[in-house]
Amino acid sequence: MDARCSAPLLSAARAADIAANPFVADFPLLAARPDIAYLDSAATAQRPAAVIEAEARFYETMNANPLRGLYGLSVEATAALEEARATFARRVGAADPREIVFTRNATESLNLVAKTLGEQLLSEGDEVCISILEHHSNLIPWQQICARTGATLVWLYPDAEGHFSPEEIEAKIGPATRIVSIAQVSNVLGVETPVAAIAERAHAMGAILIVDGAQAVSHLPVAVQELGCDLYAFSAHKALGPFGVGALWGRLELLESMPPFLTGGEMIDSVTQEGAVWAPVPEKFEAGTQDAAGIYASAVGLTYLEEVGLEAIAAREEALTTLLMGELAKLEGVSVLGPCDPAEHHGVVSFDVAGIHPHDVASLLDAKGVAIRAGHHCAQPLLAWLGHPSVNRASVAFYNDADDVMQLVDGLKFVQEVFHGSR
Amino acid sequence: MGAADLYTPALLEHVQHPDYNFALDDATHVHEGVNPSCGDDLTVHARVGEDGRIAEVSWTGEGCAVSKGSADMMADLMVGLTPAEAKELCNTFGELVRGELAPDEAEEELDEAACLASIAHMPARVKCAELAWRTLDEMLDGASSPSTTEDGSERPR
Repeated sequence: MDARCSAPLLSAARAADIAANPFVADFPLLAARPDIAYLDSAATAQRPAAVIEAEARFYETMNANPLRGLYGLSVEATAALEEARATFARRVGAADPREIVFTRNATESLNLVAKTLGEQLLSEGDEVCISILEHHSNLIPWQQICARTGATLVWLYPDAEGHFSPEEIEAKIGPATRIVSIAQVSNVLGVETPVAAIAERAHAMGAILIVDGAQAVSHLPVAVQELGCDLYAFSAHKALGPFGVGALWGRLELLESMPPFLTGGEMIDSVTQEGAVWAPVPEKFEAGTQDAAGIYASAVGLTYLEEVGLEAIAAREEALTTLLMGELAKLEGVSVLGPCDPAEHHGVVSFDVAGIHPHDVASLLDAKGVAIRAGHHCAQPLLAWLGHPSVNRASVAFYNDADDVMQLVDGLKFVQEVFHGSR
Repeated sequence: MGAADLYTPALLEHVQHPDYNFALDDATHVHEGVNPSCGDDLTVHARVGEDGRIAEVSWTGEGCAVSKGSADMMADLMVGLTPAEAKELCNTFGELVRGELAPDEAEEELDEAACLASIAHMPARVKCAELAWRTLDEMLDGASSPSTTEDGSERPR
C-alpha cells in the first residue's frame, strides 16, 4: 500500500488537546462545511482526502478486472487488491492475509457466517447465544437460521451500564451452545463487551465465537488472536474507507471447513456440467467481481488510522467524550445511557431529553448545524429492554473538536428553550 | 431553517396543551396508527352523527411533537365534515406535507395545520405529520389492521 497518508502524527497527549483540530484540514467535507458539527461517526465516518484520492487513483492508473492477470494492468489491479488484503489483516492482527475475506459490509460478513456455518453446525436442540446489545445485523441472521434449523436463540443480558457478569456468561453459554456471536462495542451504549472471557467460555463449551467489530475497528487496537474469537466481521466505511466494503476475518482452517456463501465466477477452481471445485480461501467466499477500487481505498483509510495511532485516537475521543458527558450532566432532564465512565464509551454517547422525542431533538439540532442520530439505532430489542422506544445518539471521532461538542450542547439548550422556555 | 420554522408556537401549543387528547366514550370509529421505527403510536377516535357528519374527533397515544401536534390540529378541522369531505382534506394535507401543494393554496382549508408545510423539506419527518391523517383516512374506509406511514426501511447504524 502507499507508504504514507501524511496524517498528522501526534502524541496521545497532544491529540487530547481538543481545543485544537490538526485533523480537519485532511477531511474535505469538514473543511468545506465548517458550519456542521458532524457527530454521527458511529453511523459512518467522514473520509480523509487520502482515501477519496486513492479511489480515483485506482481508476485513473490501475483499473482492470483483478484476478484475471493476463496483462500488466490486471496484474497491477490484482496486486493492489492483495496488498489491501494484507493491510486489512494487519489491522486486525491476522496471522495470514488469506484469512481476510472481502464482503460489502459487516452485515454481509455476518450473514455469510450465519448462512454457511450456521447451516453446517446447527440442528434442533442446539443453541446460538447473542447479547441484547446486538445491532440487527448480528441478530436477524441468527433469528433466521435458528428458525430454519430448529436451534434456539439465547440472550446474554448486561447490567444497566452494559457490563456482563461472569455468572451471566456461564449461565447462558453451556454444552448446547454451538455458536456465540457478540458485538465488541455496542453501537448504542458504546460499551466494550468482555470478548476474551466470552471466548474462553465458548471454547470450553465447544462453541464457535463470532465478533461483530463494526463499532470497534476505528477505536480499539483489535488483535483477533488475543481476543480469542474464531471469526471477526467489520465494515470499512466506519473506519474511513468508502461505502460498500467490508471484511470477514476467520481462522484459516475454519474458513476452509465452511461451505461457500455466494457462488459464481471467481470463487471456483474448475467447473463441469455436473459440478464445481471451489477455489481456495479466501476466493471461495468472494464470488463475482470485487469493488477493487473501494478495497484499495479502504486500505488507505486503515493506514491513515494506523498513522494517527489508536492510542492518540483513544486519548482524543476520551477527551471529547469527557467534555460531552460533563456538559450533558449540567443540562436538566438530559440523561446518558450506558457506562458512567467516558473512557468506556468509545465515542458513542446515547442520551434522552426528558419530554422531547428524539426525532424532534434531532430535527431542531439540524437547524443549528448539528448532525446526530435519533431513533432505534437498528437495535430495537435493546431499546425495548432499556425502556426507550428511541434515543438520541451523538458519536465523536478523532477529527471532531471541542467546538463540535459545544455546538451540540448549545443546540440542546435551544431545543429545550423551544419546548419549555420562551423564545 | 426548516426545523425552526416547523416548531412554531402554534404547533407546540397543540403539543403541550392539546385540545383533543382523550378517548371518546361514544366513538363510532376507533383506529390505531403506528410508525414502529419512531415509536409513534396514536389512536384516532371519531363519532359520526346521525346526520352523517363527523361530530367529534380525538386522539390518544404517544409520539413525537410533530405527530401529536398534527393530530390535535386535525381533530379540530374535522368537525362538521362528511366522511368524504374529511378524506378529501386528508388528501390535501398529504399533498401539502409532501410538497405537492403550495402552502397558500391550502391555507384556507387547513388553517393552522398549513404551518406544517415546511416539513416537506425534511423527508424523514413527513411520515410523522401524516400519521394521524392517514389513520383517520383509512379508518373512514373501514380499515381493520393498524395504519402506518412508514415504508419499513431502516436507517444506517
